[in-house]
Formats: sequence, structure tokens, C-alpha cells
Amino acid sequence: MSEPVQHEHHIVGPKTYLLILLILMVLTATTTGVAFIDLGIWNPIVAIGIACFKAVMVILFFMHIRYSSKVMMLTVGAGFFTFLVLITMTLSDYISRSWGLW
Amino acid sequence: MDSQAIATGHAAEVHDEEHPAYLRHHFVTVDQQRETASFGMWLFLLTEIMFFGGLFMAYLLYRNWYYDAFVASSNTLGIGLGTTNTAVLILSSFTMAMGVYSAEMRNRKGLITSLSLTILLGMVFLGIKTIEYHDKYTEHHIPGASFSVEDFVHPTDKRDVPLAPDMAQHAQLFFFLYFAMTGMHALHMIIGISILFVLLYQAWHGAYVNGHTSTIDNFGLYWHFVDIVWIFLFPLLYLISRHPLK
Repeated sequence: MSEPVQHEHHIVGPKTYLLILLILMVLTATTTGVAFIDLGIWNPIVAIGIACFKAVMVILFFMHIRYSSKVMMLTVGAGFFTFLVLITMTLSDYISRSWGLW
Repeated sequence: MDSQAIATGHAAEVHDEEHPAYLRHHFVTVDQQRETASFGMWLFLLTEIMFFGGLFMAYLLYRNWYYDAFVASSNTLGIGLGTTNTAVLILSSFTMAMGVYSAEMRNRKGLITSLSLTILLGMVFLGIKTIEYHDKYTEHHIPGASFSVEDFVHPTDKRDVPLAPDMAQHAQLFFFLYFAMTGMHALHMIIGISILFVLLYQAWHGAYVNGHTSTIDNFGLYWHFVDIVWIFLFPLLYLISRHPLK
């Protein structure tokens, strides 16, 4: 088997787009509704969790990453991983500076 | 390597008449050209992730430092307008995705309709954002010389906990980040809408329906990315402070 020079192009259809639109709309209503319920420490976690899920839906289907080659998936993954490194390293610095004083 | 180059060079000669005019000579196939363009666009979007990432990082940190001020400020934002805008933007992402599909299907009418609807929804978003900004202006919640801590030190709503004047000053930090983040997002929308007008003009004159859809594809990626930024801004700015920890 020779090296492929290309990744087969996949056209995403209106049915998929409509389904994703529906999921995103339902999740938007859900996240707003949940904001009015007191879940204590879980309020931000649920809100960010839903946002992450929505973002993944947009990336996979609206931005076609679900149907892209592995090098594209890896590139996108690397981008968000680098962002997580930024958050984790900075926050671990701030949390550990005054360790035990909070 | 050499043998492959020769082989593909040979293949290109054999199938010369099948090559569309838009296939650049340094690509072997249309699909390879398409993927290269999309890869380049994603590299740009990665720099955008880090650009907005810095703002998100600042928000996260200051929210932990001045928690009470951030909670009180966040709750002055209109959750109804925020939710409406989220829905409008998601719908505009859908119409943009349909634009990409129409271009793939070589459907000029569908492409023009989709691009027009995306422009319209983008403008509705910016219109609602303007109303929100104007509210902040009348409430004296814009950071700077005319900022007033009054609403935070003496809240009119009985359920709101009054803040000490020094903590209330930190509400400016929330609103600074609010305007920086939503402002940079809105700037991306304005740039996006400007490009959409150009694409619409070109599509009107018959562009992008000959199988060469990279420009539309890549603009779609940009528009969806701007949508993703808002998907995170919405809960962080509007939602997560409704039930603060005591």
C-alpha cells in the first residue's frame, strides 16, 4: 500500500447539519435553564461541560473534523491541548504560591 | 521519494485533460489541494485559540481573586438577551454550514441564500450586542472615569448582597474583561460579515459553484470558530454566577 497523498473528501449533508442544530439549540436551552437551579459547586461545572460538548459538536460536524484525516484531527487536538496547558500551568502556579493560606 | 514524484508526474500527464483549471500545479489532486488549504486555515485558528485563550485565562484567574465582585457584576447582565444571542449565532453557524453544502452541490441560489441569511443573523447578533452595551452605558458600568460602584454598594434588589466599596471597585475588572472578550468577539463578527459581503458579491457573479470551494470552506471554519468562542463566553459571563457559593 502506497502513501496516500490525499484524504477522501466527504460532503456533510443537510440532515446532519439540522440534527446538530437541534442538539445545539436544546443544549442552549438546557444550560440556561440549569443556571436557575442551585446546584452549588456544580453550576459552573455543568455549564462548562455543556459548552465543551457543544463546541465538540461544532468542531466534529460543522467543521467536518469527524470526516477529516488523522493529521487534521491531531492538529485540532494539539491546539486545544496547548490551551489546556496554558490554563493548567498558570493555575497550578497561582494555587501553589500561597499554599495553605487560603 | 523520487520514484513517487516521477509516478505522479506521469499520472498528471496521462490525465491532463481531467484537471480543473483551479488545481495548482504543485498539488497532485484536488482533494490534496483542498486539505492543504483547510490545514492552513486550522493553523490560523490555533493561533486564535491561544489569543482568546489568554483572555479566558485572565477571566478565570480574576474571577477567583475577586469572586464577589465578579458574581455581582455577572448578575447585572441580561440572561434573556444572552440566550437569544447564543441561539442567533448557532443558527448563523447552521446557515453557514448550509452555504458550504450548497457550494459543494454547485447550487448558486442556495449559496446566495445561505450567505445572505448568515449576514442577516450576524447583524442581528451585533444589534442585540449593541443594546447590551448601551444598557451598560446607561448603568455606568463601563470601566473608567464614569464607572459607578453605586449598584454594587447599594443594590436595589433585596436579594443582592451589598459589596464593600473596595471590592465593588473590582467590578470594573469584570466589565473590562467583559468588554475585551465580547468586543474582540464582536470585532471577529464584523470582520466575518465584511468578508461575507465579498463572498456574496462573488457568489452572485457565479463564483464557488465550479467545484472549487476552498474559500467558502475556510470562511465556514472561521465563522464556526467565532461561534465556538461565544459558546464559551456565554456560560462564563452570563450563567455561572447565578448561584454563588456562600
